[in-house]
Amino acid sequence: MTTVSTAAITRAPARRARGRSMHRDRVWALRWSYFFLVLFAIFFLLPPVYMLITSLKTSAEISAATNPWWVYRPTLANYVELLSSRQYLTFFRNSAIVSVFTVTITMLISVPAAFALSRMRFWGSATLAMGVFLTYLIPETLLFLPLFKMFAVFSDFTGIEIINHWWALLIVYPTLTVPFCTWVMIGYFASIPRELDEAAVIDGANYRQVLLRIFIPVALPGLIAATIFAFTVSWAQFLYPLALTTSTDQLVLPVGIITTLIRGDVFNWGQIMTGALLGAAPPLIIYAFLMDYYIAGLTAGATKG
Amino acid sequence: MADVALRDVVKRFDNVEAVRQISLDIPDKEFVVLVGPSGCGKSTTLRMIAGLEEATAGDILIDGEKVNDVPPKDRDIAMVFQNYALYPHMTVFENMSFGLRLRRFPKDQIRERVEHAARILDITELLDRRPKQLSGGQRQRVAMGRAIVRNPKVFLFDEPLSNLDAKLRVQMRTEIKRVHQKVRTTTVYVTHDQVEAMTLADRVVVMNGGRIEQIGTPQELYHHPKTRFVAGFIGSPAMNFVPSRLEANGSGLSLRVSDKLTLPVPAARAERYRPHVGKDLTFGLRPEHITEPRGEGREPRCEFTVNLDVVEPMGMETMVFFTIGNTEICSRVEPSAASGPGQPMRLYANLNHMHLIDPANDQVL
Repeated sequence: MTTVSTAAITRAPARRARGRSMHRDRVWALRWSYFFLVLFAIFFLLPPVYMLITSLKTSAEISAATNPWWVYRPTLANYVELLSSRQYLTFFRNSAIVSVFTVTITMLISVPAAFALSRMRFWGSATLAMGVFLTYLIPETLLFLPLFKMFAVFSDFTGIEIINHWWALLIVYPTLTVPFCTWVMIGYFASIPRELDEAAVIDGANYRQVLLRIFIPVALPGLIAATIFAFTVSWAQFLYPLALTTSTDQLVLPVGIITTLIRGDVFNWGQIMTGALLGAAPPLIIYAFLMDYYIAGLTAGATKG
Repeated sequence: MADVALRDVVKRFDNVEAVRQISLDIPDKEFVVLVGPSGCGKSTTLRMIAGLEEATAGDILIDGEKVNDVPPKDRDIAMVFQNYALYPHMTVFENMSFGLRLRRFPKDQIRERVEHAARILDITELLDRRPKQLSGGQRQRVAMGRAIVRNPKVFLFDEPLSNLDAKLRVQMRTEIKRVHQKVRTTTVYVTHDQVEAMTLADRVVVMNGGRIEQIGTPQELYHHPKTRFVAGFIGSPAMNFVPSRLEANGSGLSLRVSDKLTLPVPAARAERYRPHVGKDLTFGLRPEHITEPRGEGREPRCEFTVNLDVVEPMGMETMVFFTIGNTEICSRVEPSAASGPGQPMRLYANLNHMHLIDPANDQVL
């Protein structure tokens, strides 16, 4: 008993000293972390905050030489005007339809493709998987002219006009989303132990049932991450719709805002900011709801589930 | 309930021959264990029976019917995997009933079967849990339950206990045996652990390098190994192998183990070994047959004295190690009889259990 207590007494100061230095390290690490977190938060939040401030101003106040970071006479006029404008709602609706369809098409293609490429070992499957990823590396700035030309030639031959229809984007967007989503899903499916599908096959499942009843539920976080990605890409896409659609009733939001709210060299900043802010809302809401899944999807395989 | 047969089955992966022309008959209700070191082809053989791998050549028969081209789901087999392979998004009940639901069994029948299997495995109270909430042993039970509910013709086990800790492994071993005694389904079980093989099997198939070394009951393999590999693989600690020379000694035979030690071959075995007189052979004797002098009717010339190198007390027995020539020998002795390391000890070799192996082809004579 006595030996134990003496040992405890002699050991205690040493331990406290080490504990303190550990504590100090941690405190400094935290200080630096918070410093950079605040720095980057300011850096990334300034533009949207500026958008918000500007969207609450009248055109007169925006061009006035007052403090740009303060609203002296806040007004919702920009919001009222935009939300009651038929045009803006059309852009919004076009964007929504295009994005939802793109996501659907992307998932319908990339999930079965990823399943086939990761599990049904067939001749050339590895090369094909690599090829799918490589196509993603070709930038759209390189592709929009050839694509435009292809559509033009297609309509020359068939008489079917693709250019200047919002649904043309449903053909184009998947070229961006499918390769990436397929690649993400291949990685996710690869992390599912092979015994799981073997067990299902022995239990009597065919490929379709293995995909629908085992792989998709198990890979749900990855699936949601891919969905968010596809949605964000198609919602924010600018170059393709700018090149492929011109009539105002066919435009999607990013292009619509730019082409209708800028007339010549007159920039309607208040409405541009309002439109952009409202346009950023849907992805934000989706992120907020699916954040947990999204993070789980990005960090898949980090821990053994 | 069915018998399983393999006829000259070969499996080649690219240029590697994993399984080389093996033939095996497993009668109905038998528990057969495929055992061997890793890479010996045992798992591949099992996977071919399951239909997860295609045989390169040869026939696989279940119930007398060739199943080479039958997909796994139609072979009416169930398999338990080393890592359990439970569906993580389903409850235990859903895991166990998955196969039945795919086969569109009526609901009440599914519930009845799952509950019956759960009672056998004592996991009734776990049916609503998910695999994540289960311990390793419980997961293994669920994996077995998933096999039992299907009521298949054949059970296949692929190293099911390798992921469990030592204590649980022994427990589950007994459990598996108990379940087999209850359901009496033909079972093929793969393991690299010879103790598991010996304790579970009706018959053990020892594999090495893609070939079957020997098929036999645990007792046969222990007492009458046919090859050096089987002699060394079965039994723990492993059999001692000492290079030696067989010599004629008047009417009998004797075995020169070292310059100083010559042991008389029992008369009962002399006839069998006589053609090999004058040859250099490998002498095999299990540690349990080298003991302190004990028992009646001992051959006095089989006693010898050695200096011990290492002494390992195990409780009910003590392992002692010493060298003869350049070979380290292990022997199992009574704890009270063991002397300390570096000290001499009198030992007795019971040659009634000896084996002689021809080093040219590693066959036991």
